Amino acid sequence: MSLLAFYARNSAEVVGLVGQHVSLVAISTAIALVIGVPLGVLLTRRPALRTPVLGLANVFQTVPSLALFGFLIPLPFIGGIGATTAIVALVVYALLPIVRNTYEGIAGVDPAVREAARGMGMTDWQLLTQVELPLGLGVILAGVRIATVVSVGTATIAAAIGAGGLGVYIFRGVATVDNTLILAGALPAALMAIAADGLLGLAERRLAWRR
Amino acid sequence: MTAALEISRLGYRVPGGASLVEDLSFTVGIGETLVLLGRSGSGKTTTLKLINRLLEPSAGEVRVAGARAADLPVTRLRRRIGYVIQEIGLFPHFTVERNIGLVPTLEGWPPPRVAARVREMLALVGLDAGTFGGRYPHELSGGQRQRVGVARALAADPPLLLLDEPFGALDPITRVELQREFQGLEKRLGKGMVFVTHDVREGLLLGTRIGLMQGGRLTFLGTPDEFRQSEHPEVRAFMAAA
Repeated sequence: MSLLAFYARNSAEVVGLVGQHVSLVAISTAIALVIGVPLGVLLTRRPALRTPVLGLANVFQTVPSLALFGFLIPLPFIGGIGATTAIVALVVYALLPIVRNTYEGIAGVDPAVREAARGMGMTDWQLLTQVELPLGLGVILAGVRIATVVSVGTATIAAAIGAGGLGVYIFRGVATVDNTLILAGALPAALMAIAADGLLGLAERRLAWRR
Repeated sequence: MTAALEISRLGYRVPGGASLVEDLSFTVGIGETLVLLGRSGSGKTTTLKLINRLLEPSAGEVRVAGARAADLPVTRLRRRIGYVIQEIGLFPHFTVERNIGLVPTLEGWPPPRVAARVREMLALVGLDAGTFGGRYPHELSGGQRQRVGVARALAADPPLLLLDEPFGALDPITRVELQREFQGLEKRLGKGMVFVTHDVREGLLLGTRIGLMQGGRLTFLGTPDEFRQSEHPEVRAFMAAA
């Protein structure tokens, strides 16, 4: 059975899985942004926290994703079978690039600009919102882009713990040795990753200040 | 009349470390430019940062236009002090206009008043508002950038101006040009200025008084003429280098 015929016959299910996949990625990236950007800013204000926080985020990053899903299942509240667990895991993965790039983006601002800003009487909040974040935006967005693209890929594994998404087809295809079914999940996931990369790259070029 | 700046027995010691500025006292009147001259590491820049509290003094007192610096909220204090540094530190993502209008905007001036003030400042430093107002710092030459830096420092009409080797990074011709223009500004503006340099000729040209710093202390304070005639060995060393 060809891929197109498969999609034609299962269009409602395909749309549903794509929707699940997109919402897993969107929700987890949004949560990671809300946690990660302030955390990255905090690291620029409290240098002593930098090594432990980035180190911890790094450790999480190295845990294989299937294993992380497995670890999370027995935990109360955030664990169990389903989308919540998957979102928690995706947030954990997205945090490192966002925290690190927020920190790097701000740390990369010319020290003379920072000194001038302070010397002219900007409050720390004004320095952050009017100078550091706008100047660091390119680097921060690059972190968001990496986080999102990785998240699109990792979200396919979420199907293993019942969170749905395009991984459902991939796992089903692997189990029944059905290449069409594997492709039916893998192809849109890959396209989604490429699209996310392209769109966020575009946003980066449009929004970020550059010389 | 209140002096623009009064410093008495100012000291700064790095927490748990060396003393960088010790027992420093001087006064800068309105319309006066005190040049702080000294070798690298003699405490000139540290002194400026103690005045606008980028560093907190560990001893002594600073008064700006009569008000004790330590009593003012630090942002209020800094907005009353113009600050120009060698690297200029213009905001690269702001146009020239927004850079110059920064402190007035922080102070909540209405936008038309800020815009009028920006045009006035551009004219003051000899830049055409139509040509340069909308440009970004990277579209300017080094000399133009430093002019914008001076305009930005003057925008909120502070009684006191701190300049840390403002012309140090410029080519020799532009430097002389800006020094001449600055001489004109000094006369017209009637502000107190503290001007840090290690260039004796610049100091003698621009200073109404010269303060020579050595190891965090002021070892000589006098007019340019007194400086030229002084027998102080460090003054002689500087004069020999000129």
